[in-house]
Parts: sequence; C-alpha cells; structure tokens
Amino acid sequence: MPLIYVSNLEKIYHGDGIDTRALTGVSFSIEKGEFVAIMGPSGSGKSTLLHILGFLDRQTKGEYRFDGKAIEDFTNNQIAHIRNKKMGFVFQMFNLLARNSVLDNVRLPLSYSDVPEHDWDILAHNAIAAIGLEHRIEHTPSKLSGGEKQRVAIARALVNNPEVIFADEPTGNLDSKSGKQVMEILQDLNEKRGHTIILITHETYTAEHASRIIKLFDGKIESDTPVKHRHHAHDGFEK
Amino acid sequence: MKVLLSVKTTYSALSAHWSRSFLTILGIIIGISALMLISSLGKGAQNLILSQIQTLGSKTIAVVPGREPKGPTDHAVVESFYGNSLKERELASLQKKSNVPKVSDVMPLVFGIETASRDKETFRPMVIGASHLISKIFNLVPQTGTFFTDDDVAGRSSAAIIGIKVKEELFGESDALGEKIKINDRNYRIVGVLPKKGQVLFFNFDEAVIVPYTTAQTYIFGIKYFHRIIVQTETEDDVPFAVRDIEATLRSLHGITDPEDDDFFVGTQAEISETFTTVTDILTVFLAAVSAISLVVGGIGIMNIMLVSVTERTSEVGLRKALGATEKNILFQFLLESFTLTTAGGIAGIIMGTVFSFASATIITSLTDLDWKFAFPMTAALVGIIISGAIGLLFGIYPAWKASRKNPIEALGYE
Repeated sequence: MPLIYVSNLEKIYHGDGIDTRALTGVSFSIEKGEFVAIMGPSGSGKSTLLHILGFLDRQTKGEYRFDGKAIEDFTNNQIAHIRNKKMGFVFQMFNLLARNSVLDNVRLPLSYSDVPEHDWDILAHNAIAAIGLEHRIEHTPSKLSGGEKQRVAIARALVNNPEVIFADEPTGNLDSKSGKQVMEILQDLNEKRGHTIILITHETYTAEHASRIIKLFDGKIESDTPVKHRHHAHDGFEK
Repeated sequence: MKVLLSVKTTYSALSAHWSRSFLTILGIIIGISALMLISSLGKGAQNLILSQIQTLGSKTIAVVPGREPKGPTDHAVVESFYGNSLKERELASLQKKSNVPKVSDVMPLVFGIETASRDKETFRPMVIGASHLISKIFNLVPQTGTFFTDDDVAGRSSAAIIGIKVKEELFGESDALGEKIKINDRNYRIVGVLPKKGQVLFFNFDEAVIVPYTTAQTYIFGIKYFHRIIVQTETEDDVPFAVRDIEATLRSLHGITDPEDDDFFVGTQAEISETFTTVTDILTVFLAAVSAISLVVGGIGIMNIMLVSVTERTSEVGLRKALGATEKNILFQFLLESFTLTTAGGIAGIIMGTVFSFASATIITSLTDLDWKFAFPMTAALVGIIISGAIGLLFGIYPAWKASRKNPIEALGYE
C-alpha cells in the first residue's frame, strides 16, 4: 500500500462567476521513504496539490488516500492529529513565531500532541541538534539568518517524527549557500532517517536533489520521472 | 492542554502590545475601581452608623409610642415623636420587677430643640429630659461637676448638664459650673459639663442640655408623656424575654388583645442595626450596579481589540493549525488571552479601588470629626474578580471562535 495514493484529483475554485480549475485529473502514488519533487511554473497547481496532500484543503473530485485512508474518513480533530503526528510542514516564508525562542518554536507541535510534557525538551533538543543549531536554542527568530530560520522550521517539522515532510519552496527565500544546507538536511532526513519528503519547487536544480520529479503544467501531470543524476549538497555544508 | 506553555503563549501575545493591552483593560480597571470605591464607602458609612448604634449597647431596648412605622413615609413616624401612649403609669408598670423581671434599668426620655441663652449669647441645643441613668446608658461622665440625682428628678430641680459645644457657645473660655442659663424664661443651674462626645446615634451630646425629665416635661415642653422609655437588661440574652414581657405588660395595661392594635413598639439595638444594614446594603448594591455598566462598556472594548488581534494573527493561527492545533486548541488560546487580560484588569482595579477607598477614608476623617474607618470591601473584591474574568470569557468567546474557524490555507497567507 503506497503512503500517498492520488487518482484523478481535481480542484476547482469558485469565485466571482469564474471557475478556476487548479487541478484537472492528477494521478500518482508515492511510497514510504521516497524523495519526490513536484515541479512546475507558478499557476501550475503545485501548491494546491500540496495543500490537498497535507490535509490543509480538500479536492473537488477524485480520490486521495493517505496511508490507505481518505480525508472524508476523518473528523476535524483526527485531521488535526494526523497533521500533527504524521505530517511535517516547511514553508517558503518559514512561519516561525517571532516572539518565541528557537526551542519554543520547535516545541510547538509537541504542545498539540499526546507526547508527555517531560519528553518535550529532549525531543526538541534532538530535532535542533539534527539541523545543527544547538548554539541558537534560546535565540528568537529575528536574531537568525534566513537559512537558520528555515533549519529551525525543519526541526519543527521533524520533532514529532512524521511519516512525511512537505516542503513548499523551502529554498525560495534563501541565498544559494543556505539553500544548499537546507537541501542537504532534507536529503539526510530522507536517506539516513527514512522520512518521506515531498518538495515543491520551480527550480530544476533544487528539484534534482530529489529521487523523482513530478512535473505539473496547467493542473495536469506533464511528466513523472526518476532523477538520473541526482545532486548532492554535501560540498560546502557548514554548520 | 499544557498549562505552563499556554500561560507563556498568552504572556508573550499580550506583552507584544503592552500599551494596547493596558488601554484595552482600562475600562475594566475603572469599572472595578468604582465598584470597590462605592462598596468601601458604603461599608464605611454602615460601620459608622452601626458603631454608633452599638454605643447604645446590645442590652438596650427602646419603647416608642405609636405603632411601628412601615416605612419612612408612614405617619407612624410622626406619631413616634408626638404619641402620648407612654406616661408615668406605663413607666411605673415597666419598673415593676414582677412585670418585667429581666430588666435592670428603666429610664424615660423627652427631648426637643429649644433656645438656651446666657446674657446676650443664645444657642439652640437639643434639650434632653432624662434620669441620672442616662449617664450609665450613654456612658456620659461630666469632665467637670457631677450628674444630677434621683432627688433632682423627684423635686423637678433645675439642675442641668451641658455639652461642650453649648458651654463654648454660651460661656466661651470661662468656667460654666455653677453658672445659670435660661431656657423658656426659666433659669437652670449648671451642675456638670460633658467632655467632647460627638454624635451618638440620634443625639449629638456636644450640643445637648440634659435636665431631669420631670423638669423638662413640666417647664420646657409642657407635656405629660414621654418620647421614649429606654430599658436595659442585665445581659444580652435577656433582651428577647424583656421585649416579650414589655409588650405583654403594656398590652394588658392598654387592654390590647391584637398586636396589630399596639399603640407602642419596642425596638432593640439588634433590630435597628439590621434595618440600617439592610438600607445601606440596598443602596450600595444599587450604586455598584450603576458602576457595573462601565464594565459592560469595557467588555465591548475587549471584544473589539480581540477581533483586531485575531485578524492580525491570522497567519499564526494558520501555522498552529498546520502544526496540528485543533479548533479547540485555538479557541482555548484566544479565550485564555482575553480572560487573562480582563482578570489582570480586575486585579489592577481592586488595587486602585483600594487605594482610592483608603484615600477617601483618610480625607473624610481629616475633613470631618466622624470616626470613619477604612473598610476593605471583600465582597466587592471577590465579585470584581469574578465579573472581570467572566467578561473576558463572555466577550472573548466570539473573537476566539472566529480564530478557531479560520481556514489554515487562507491563514498561512496563500490565495
């Protein structure tokens, strides 16, 4: 059973008398442990697809099964629980809480989980160690560089040890060096810890860090191919 | 929900906008302060009156002519000053141990405002006709001279005790003892001067002239009845029995079978205290209710600011939802914020109200010669803290609900 199974997925936005067809029949499946990049120009429907995959939105038509179950099978609370325990999100704009320390930001998903409170600190420390920012633990995001902010966001996505990490243009606001670091961390999480990674990007170079690329165009899959010459971001990684 | 983290989150959200948070709860602070101030002043006034009533002593019973007034506009109030149902006959039968065994002292009382003069100086004191027992009952000890005796009462003597204000008005600095003053064209010899006493319930003894009641009845007021008969028992526990016996004695004397037809009524200190307490309590509650209106206005202010805050923090809400927050989590977070905000306002209001109340008590004491004491209104403080918390929950629920219903995608800033 694939972790993610999508069949004939459609999404239509209704508004002002015009229906916008963001997705027009998309089908694919993703196994556990894959690193998939979803590529496409803006307006191709890749963000819409990510929202549906991340249970942040619902499809208009078609079928989406996560771990064998569809969103219709769950109550709102169960969906919140799945987002919390099985999915991790990394956004282009980092979305850290500005007034909270790195530690508090990383602990945030734990506060909505059933993890007992005395385990929070150790889990958060582990996640922060995994992205190499132990020395920044008490800092607030305003004291961090863009790359560091995104690494904190990855630690936050990681802290509940999710099945899948959704990364929406994670390098979009970073310089190339910081972008490399972020991509290396994502590759490490995929290869060494077995997290499934779904990466959204419009850059071919970034997409080629994945093992498979799904290209979207006008709400349809244009191609779905494995990456032959995969980039590895190990060179030049500095903590 | 994890309490410590929630508190931390709340604190960081509120501390991000100190001045806004403060202005938001200003209405609550003012409302609770007003509530506290009114309650404190009400309680202070109540304590003052009660302490004056208590100077009468809990063993004191007043027999009043006329039936018991049903309210302040009842004409029985007038009757209680001019009714003639209490005379020597009633006094004598109340003094009989066989009628009212529990009684230790029985004293008739007549009083009225008259003009007293000495040479060209005049003053209008309260003239009180009593027996020497008034000294014991109201704890009056002359600073110079002595009290008149039973012989003075029997002989309708013109011995008079004067209050300190009367002495100052008529004699100035010079000695008054043995001197004479004129009331209704008749001379009275001053046998005693009272020290400063102030207001004791209905009487201001500083402005009083006390003469034997027989003298006052005959030569000053020209009446044959008493305005009051004051009765004292040995102990406080005897009061109910004495009241019962007084009523029975006077009814049998007046041939009354139905208590509805009573031409007198018996008041005890406990009863008077109770009446005063009820009246001042009602007044305090009424004024407090008026001040509570500002709390409602404050609550609307809270709701307004919370709605702004929810809109401003749309992306925070979206993020929290993406990270697994349920609607309940978000609702709770914003409710806790408004609750904390208003409760803090309540606490600040209690502190400010206490300061204002204390200042008012100090000012009242320094401007008047009243024995006014600062009273901390415990009930108002408790009610204030509960109301302010309740306002936070009540007016916070709608903004919190709006936050909890936000769509995470919109909230994250996507189209």
